[in-house]
Amino acid sequence: MTALAIIFGYIEHLIPLPIGAYGIKLGLANIVVLIMLYSVNLYGAFSVNIVRIILCALLFGSFTSFWYSLIGGILSFFVMVLIKRTNRFSPLGVSICGAVAHNVGQTAVAVILMNEFRIALYLPILLIVGAITGALIGIISIPILKAPIFKNTKKVE
Amino acid sequence: MKAIKKSDIILLICIILAGAILLCIFSAIFLKKGQTVVVKVNGEEYARLPLKKDTELLIEANGGTNLLIIRDGKAWVESASCPKQICVADGELSELDPIVCNHHSVSITLE
Ligand SMILES: [Zn+2]
Repeated sequence: MTALAIIFGYIEHLIPLPIGAYGIKLGLANIVVLIMLYSVNLYGAFSVNIVRIILCALLFGSFTSFWYSLIGGILSFFVMVLIKRTNRFSPLGVSICGAVAHNVGQTAVAVILMNEFRIALYLPILLIVGAITGALIGIISIPILKAPIFKNTKKVE
Repeated sequence: MKAIKKSDIILLICIILAGAILLCIFSAIFLKKGQTVVVKVNGEEYARLPLKKDTELLIEANGGTNLLIIRDGKAWVESASCPKQICVADGELSELDPIVCNHHSVSITLE
Protein backbone atom coordinates (compact mmCIF):
# COMPACT_ATOMS: atom_id res chain seq x y z
CA MET A 1 0.00 0.00 0.00
CA THR A 2 2.85 2.38 0.84
CA ALA A 3 4.55 1.52 -2.44
CA LEU A 4 1.33 2.14 -4.34
CA ALA A 5 0.91 5.54 -2.71
CA ILE A 6 4.42 6.62 -3.63
CA ILE A 7 3.96 5.39 -7.20
CA PHE A 8 0.76 7.45 -7.47
CA GLY A 9 2.54 10.45 -5.99
CA TYR A 10 5.35 9.88 -8.47
CA ILE A 11 2.91 9.81 -11.39
CA GLU A 12 1.31 13.01 -10.12
CA HIS A 13 4.64 14.82 -10.14
CA LEU A 14 5.56 13.42 -13.53
CA ILE A 15 2.39 14.88 -14.98
CA PRO A 16 1.92 18.31 -13.46
CA LEU A 17 -1.39 19.65 -14.71
CA PRO A 18 -1.44 23.40 -14.33
CA ILE A 19 -4.62 24.53 -16.02
CA GLY A 20 -4.03 28.22 -16.41
CA ALA A 21 -3.12 29.16 -12.89
CA TYR A 22 -1.28 28.13 -9.76
CA GLY A 23 -2.77 25.55 -7.47
CA ILE A 24 -5.09 24.10 -10.05
CA LYS A 25 -4.34 20.49 -10.68
CA LEU A 26 -6.24 17.25 -10.65
CA GLY A 27 -4.65 16.01 -7.45
CA LEU A 28 -4.08 12.43 -8.56
CA ALA A 29 -2.30 11.76 -5.26
CA ASN A 30 -5.60 12.35 -3.52
CA ILE A 31 -6.94 9.12 -5.06
CA VAL A 32 -4.39 7.23 -2.96
CA VAL A 33 -5.08 9.24 0.20
CA LEU A 34 -8.81 8.66 -0.26
CA ILE A 35 -8.36 4.91 -0.79
CA MET A 36 -6.04 4.71 2.23
CA LEU A 37 -8.66 6.44 4.40
CA TYR A 38 -11.17 3.75 3.51
CA SER A 39 -8.84 0.74 3.51
CA VAL A 40 -6.16 1.06 6.21
CA ASN A 41 -6.12 2.67 9.65
CA LEU A 42 -5.78 6.39 10.24
CA TYR A 43 -2.19 6.23 11.46
CA GLY A 44 -1.09 4.25 8.39
CA ALA A 45 -2.88 6.60 6.01
CA PHE A 46 -1.35 9.66 7.67
CA SER A 47 2.19 8.22 7.71
CA VAL A 48 2.06 7.26 4.05
CA ASN A 49 0.71 10.71 3.21
CA ILE A 50 3.57 12.47 5.03
CA VAL A 51 6.22 10.14 3.58
CA ARG A 52 4.76 10.72 0.11
CA ILE A 53 4.87 14.52 0.49
CA ILE A 54 8.47 14.50 1.82
CA LEU A 55 9.71 12.07 -0.86
CA CYS A 56 8.03 13.99 -3.67
CA ALA A 57 9.44 17.28 -2.38
CA LEU A 58 12.94 15.77 -2.16
CA LEU A 59 12.73 14.22 -5.62
CA PHE A 60 10.94 16.89 -7.65
CA GLY A 61 10.28 19.96 -5.54
CA SER A 62 12.02 22.87 -3.94
CA PHE A 63 12.07 23.91 -0.29
CA THR A 64 9.19 26.33 -0.81
CA SER A 65 7.09 23.82 -2.77
CA PHE A 66 7.52 21.47 0.20
CA TRP A 67 5.65 23.88 2.49
CA TYR A 68 2.80 24.20 0.00
CA SER A 69 2.45 20.42 -0.32
CA LEU A 70 2.85 19.80 3.41
CA ILE A 71 0.31 22.35 4.65
CA GLY A 72 -2.12 21.59 1.80
CA GLY A 73 -1.70 17.84 2.37
CA ILE A 74 -2.13 17.93 6.15
CA LEU A 75 -5.13 20.28 6.09
CA SER A 76 -6.77 18.22 3.34
CA PHE A 77 -6.11 15.00 5.28
CA PHE A 78 -7.68 16.22 8.53
CA VAL A 79 -10.69 17.71 6.75
CA MET A 80 -11.26 14.41 4.93
CA VAL A 81 -11.00 12.45 8.22
CA LEU A 82 -13.56 14.77 9.87
CA ILE A 83 -15.97 14.61 6.92
CA LYS A 84 -15.67 10.82 6.77
CA ARG A 85 -16.33 10.56 10.54
CA THR A 86 -19.67 12.34 10.14
CA ASN A 87 -20.90 9.34 8.10
CA ARG A 88 -23.11 11.72 6.15
CA PHE A 89 -21.07 11.67 2.98
CA SER A 90 -19.79 9.10 0.50
CA PRO A 91 -16.15 9.10 -0.71
CA LEU A 92 -17.34 11.69 -3.25
CA GLY A 93 -18.16 14.27 -0.57
CA VAL A 94 -14.97 13.42 1.34
CA SER A 95 -12.92 13.92 -1.83
CA ILE A 96 -14.59 17.27 -2.63
CA CYS A 97 -13.83 18.61 0.87
CA GLY A 98 -10.27 17.30 0.66
CA ALA A 99 -9.59 19.09 -2.63
CA VAL A 100 -11.13 22.34 -1.41
CA ALA A 101 -9.14 22.16 1.85
CA HIS A 102 -5.97 21.50 -0.15
CA ASN A 103 -6.53 24.66 -2.22
CA VAL A 104 -7.39 26.75 0.85
CA GLY A 105 -4.25 25.48 2.62
CA GLN A 106 -2.00 26.27 -0.32
CA THR A 107 -3.52 29.75 -0.69
CA ALA A 108 -2.93 30.37 3.03
CA VAL A 109 0.73 29.38 2.63
CA ALA A 110 1.07 31.73 -0.37
CA VAL A 111 -0.53 34.62 1.56
CA ILE A 112 1.84 34.06 4.50
CA LEU A 113 5.07 33.32 2.59
CA MET A 114 4.57 36.20 0.17
CA ASN A 115 3.07 38.60 2.73
CA GLU A 116 0.36 39.54 0.23
CA PHE A 117 -3.32 39.23 1.26
CA ARG A 118 -4.46 39.94 -2.31
CA ILE A 119 -3.46 36.40 -3.28
CA ALA A 120 -6.54 35.33 -1.29
CA LEU A 121 -8.72 37.16 -3.84
CA TYR A 122 -8.15 34.14 -6.05
CA LEU A 123 -9.86 31.92 -3.45
CA PRO A 124 -13.40 31.99 -4.95
CA ILE A 125 -12.13 30.48 -8.19
CA LEU A 126 -10.05 27.95 -6.24
CA LEU A 127 -13.16 26.92 -4.26
CA ILE A 128 -15.11 26.22 -7.44
CA VAL A 129 -12.18 24.46 -9.12
CA GLY A 130 -11.46 22.43 -5.97
CA ALA A 131 -15.09 21.29 -5.77
CA ILE A 132 -15.00 20.12 -9.39
CA THR A 133 -11.58 18.41 -9.29
CA GLY A 134 -12.49 16.83 -5.94
CA ALA A 135 -15.71 15.48 -7.48
CA LEU A 136 -13.75 14.01 -10.42
CA ILE A 137 -11.24 12.34 -8.06
CA GLY A 138 -14.16 10.98 -6.00
CA ILE A 139 -15.86 9.56 -9.08
CA ILE A 140 -12.59 7.87 -10.13
CA SER A 141 -11.99 6.48 -6.63
CA ILE A 142 -15.40 4.96 -5.92
CA PRO A 143 -15.05 2.03 -8.40
CA ILE A 144 -11.49 1.40 -7.12
CA LEU A 145 -12.82 1.22 -3.56
CA LYS A 146 -15.32 -1.40 -4.67
CA ALA A 147 -12.51 -3.64 -5.96
CA PRO A 148 -12.13 -6.92 -4.01
CA ILE A 149 -8.63 -6.13 -2.64
CA PHE A 150 -9.93 -3.09 -0.80
CA LYS A 151 -12.92 -4.98 0.53
CA ASN A 152 -10.44 -7.39 2.11
CA THR A 153 -8.14 -4.76 3.58
CA LYS A 154 -11.21 -3.05 5.06
CA LYS A 155 -11.29 -5.82 7.68
CA VAL A 156 -7.99 -4.55 9.06
CA GLU A 157 -9.65 -1.36 10.26
CA MET B 1 -22.24 2.67 1.83
CA LYS B 2 -19.87 3.62 -0.97
CA ALA B 3 -22.71 4.91 -3.17
CA ILE B 4 -23.01 8.62 -3.86
CA LYS B 5 -25.38 10.28 -1.40
CA LYS B 6 -27.76 13.20 -1.77
CA SER B 7 -25.66 15.10 0.80
CA ASP B 8 -22.64 14.86 -1.55
CA ILE B 9 -24.53 16.68 -4.27
CA ILE B 10 -25.84 19.32 -1.84
CA LEU B 11 -22.27 19.81 -0.58
CA LEU B 12 -20.94 20.23 -4.13
CA ILE B 13 -23.62 22.80 -4.98
CA CYS B 14 -23.04 24.68 -1.70
CA ILE B 15 -19.27 25.00 -2.27
CA ILE B 16 -19.75 26.18 -5.86
CA LEU B 17 -22.42 28.66 -4.70
CA ALA B 18 -20.13 29.91 -1.91
CA GLY B 19 -17.37 30.40 -4.50
CA ALA B 20 -19.74 32.28 -6.80
CA ILE B 21 -21.03 34.54 -4.00
CA LEU B 22 -17.47 35.32 -2.83
CA LEU B 23 -16.53 36.05 -6.43
CA CYS B 24 -19.37 38.60 -6.67
CA ILE B 25 -18.41 40.24 -3.36
CA PHE B 26 -14.71 40.44 -4.28
CA SER B 27 -15.60 41.77 -7.75
CA ALA B 28 -17.75 44.52 -6.23
CA ILE B 29 -14.99 45.58 -3.83
CA PHE B 30 -11.82 45.14 -5.84
CA LEU B 31 -12.51 44.89 -9.57
CA LYS B 32 -11.34 47.74 -11.83
CA LYS B 33 -9.85 49.65 -8.92
CA GLY B 34 -6.28 48.50 -9.33
CA GLN B 35 -3.98 50.95 -11.07
CA THR B 36 -0.64 49.94 -9.63
CA VAL B 37 1.22 46.71 -10.30
CA VAL B 38 2.92 45.60 -7.08
CA VAL B 39 5.72 43.04 -7.25
CA LYS B 40 6.80 41.30 -4.05
CA VAL B 41 9.74 38.94 -3.63
CA ASN B 42 9.94 36.83 -0.45
CA GLY B 43 7.11 38.95 0.94
CA GLU B 44 8.99 42.22 0.50
CA GLU B 45 8.09 44.90 -1.99
CA TYR B 46 10.37 44.71 -5.03
CA ALA B 47 8.72 47.14 -7.42
CA ARG B 48 5.64 49.34 -7.77
CA LEU B 49 4.72 50.27 -11.33
CA PRO B 50 1.78 52.22 -12.79
CA LEU B 51 -0.42 50.09 -15.05
CA LYS B 52 -0.81 53.01 -17.45
CA LYS B 53 2.88 53.26 -18.36
CA ASP B 54 4.26 50.69 -20.81
CA THR B 55 7.36 49.02 -19.39
CA GLU B 56 9.29 45.80 -18.96
CA LEU B 57 10.80 44.51 -15.72
CA LEU B 58 13.15 41.59 -15.30
CA ILE B 59 12.46 40.34 -11.78
CA GLU B 60 15.50 38.61 -10.30
CA ALA B 61 14.47 36.45 -7.38
CA ASN B 62 15.88 33.41 -5.58
CA GLY B 63 18.25 32.45 -8.36
CA GLY B 64 15.69 32.80 -11.14
CA THR B 65 14.04 35.39 -13.31
CA ASN B 66 10.51 36.41 -14.34
CA LEU B 67 10.02 38.89 -17.17
CA LEU B 68 7.06 41.18 -16.42
CA ILE B 69 5.56 43.15 -19.30
CA ILE B 70 3.18 46.10 -18.89
CA ARG B 71 1.61 47.25 -22.15
CA ASP B 72 -1.67 49.00 -23.07
CA GLY B 73 -2.93 48.84 -19.50
CA LYS B 74 -2.31 45.10 -19.27
CA ALA B 75 0.34 43.20 -17.33
CA TRP B 76 1.62 39.65 -17.70
CA VAL B 77 4.68 37.44 -17.22
CA GLU B 78 6.15 36.89 -20.67
CA SER B 79 8.78 34.34 -19.66
CA ALA B 80 10.31 32.81 -16.55
CA SER B 81 13.08 30.42 -15.58
CA CYS B 82 10.93 28.34 -13.22
CA PRO B 83 10.21 24.68 -14.05
CA LYS B 84 6.39 24.65 -13.98
CA GLN B 85 5.82 27.96 -15.84
CA ILE B 86 2.56 28.51 -13.97
CA CYS B 87 3.25 32.26 -13.72
CA VAL B 88 3.57 32.44 -17.52
CA ALA B 89 0.49 30.26 -18.09
CA ASP B 90 -1.52 32.48 -15.73
CA GLY B 91 -1.73 35.14 -18.44
CA GLU B 92 -3.06 38.64 -17.86
CA LEU B 93 -2.96 40.10 -14.35
CA SER B 94 -6.27 41.16 -12.83
CA GLU B 95 -7.45 42.20 -9.37
CA LEU B 96 -8.99 38.79 -8.71
CA ASP B 97 -6.30 36.78 -10.48
CA PRO B 98 -2.91 37.64 -9.00
CA ILE B 99 0.15 36.13 -10.65
CA VAL B 100 2.18 33.94 -8.33
CA CYS B 101 5.48 32.17 -8.95
CA ASN B 102 5.84 29.79 -6.01
CA HIS B 103 9.22 28.62 -7.24
CA HIS B 104 10.79 32.10 -7.05
CA SER B 105 8.52 33.37 -4.21
CA VAL B 106 7.29 36.17 -6.46
CA SER B 107 3.80 37.65 -6.24
CA ILE B 108 2.40 40.21 -8.68
CA THR B 109 -0.84 41.95 -7.71
CA LEU B 110 -2.93 44.92 -8.75
CA GLU B 111 -3.55 47.54 -6.07
ZN1 LIG C 1 7.00 30.77 -12.26
